[in-house]
Amino acid sequence: MTPVATTFFFYFLASVAIISAILVITRKNAVHSALSLIVTLLSLAGLYLMLYAPFVAGVQVVLYAGGIMVLFLFVIMLVNLENLAKEEQFNKQWHIGLLACLVLGSMFLYVVTKGKAIFPVDVVSMPEAENSQKIGLLLYQNYLLPFEIASLLLLVAIVGAVVMAKKRI
Amino acid sequence: MAPISTLHYLVVAAMLFAIGTIGVVTRRNVVIILMSIELILNAVNLNLVAFSRLYNLQGQVFSIFVITDAAAEAAVGLGILIAFFRNKETVNVDEVDLLKW
Repeated sequence: MTPVATTFFFYFLASVAIISAILVITRKNAVHSALSLIVTLLSLAGLYLMLYAPFVAGVQVVLYAGGIMVLFLFVIMLVNLENLAKEEQFNKQWHIGLLACLVLGSMFLYVVTKGKAIFPVDVVSMPEAENSQKIGLLLYQNYLLPFEIASLLLLVAIVGAVVMAKKRI
Repeated sequence: MAPISTLHYLVVAAMLFAIGTIGVVTRRNVVIILMSIELILNAVNLNLVAFSRLYNLQGQVFSIFVITDAAAEAAVGLGILIAFFRNKETVNVDEVDLLKW
């Protein structure tokens, strides 16, 4: 059974993600960048749904588009960036940086297209109904120690953010 | 049209990663640099989820850990940004020279 219009949705979501990612790094106003980043994150959530990963898609929408981006927007409101939009947006060495990053990206594309022979051809069918259940079992059985370390990391991040944002350091 | 394979997702992820690195290297605004780091992390997540379709669910579990790290990194980075803005009234990276001798 082949899903309907999968190719169309893939190309639509991928082009939306890449165009809004380019908008993120080119807009002068930081609020516009944040809104474009939200569009990128939502289209990536759609791609996760196409990859039979509904739990990761939900986490992406709730945590990224809902949590982290609200944090970004709060900070953009806190630091007054109005006169910053009139300044120079790119640093002095942006030509060399752009060149190096394009070389890096083309190297990625070369390696990926050259190495496609090592992928398994037959796609494993994964029932979506059991996705969250299986991820939960993996998290609490095989990956219990990394899970606890992640909670400790979040605690440290909370304390660090509060200490950093205090009035007097 | 040809069916969508893993290679398609990897190409999209590579392009997103390159765009993110361009943003990190070329922009001056710290907020946009942090957003570009989020773009890079999302590209890696897309790779992990695309390969977890072929092998097992471990990739999706690892991508959840990556999202957790992204949240912690954003919180600490934006806290540092606020502390810096309070001291120097700017958010441009090339004016951050407190540690320069």
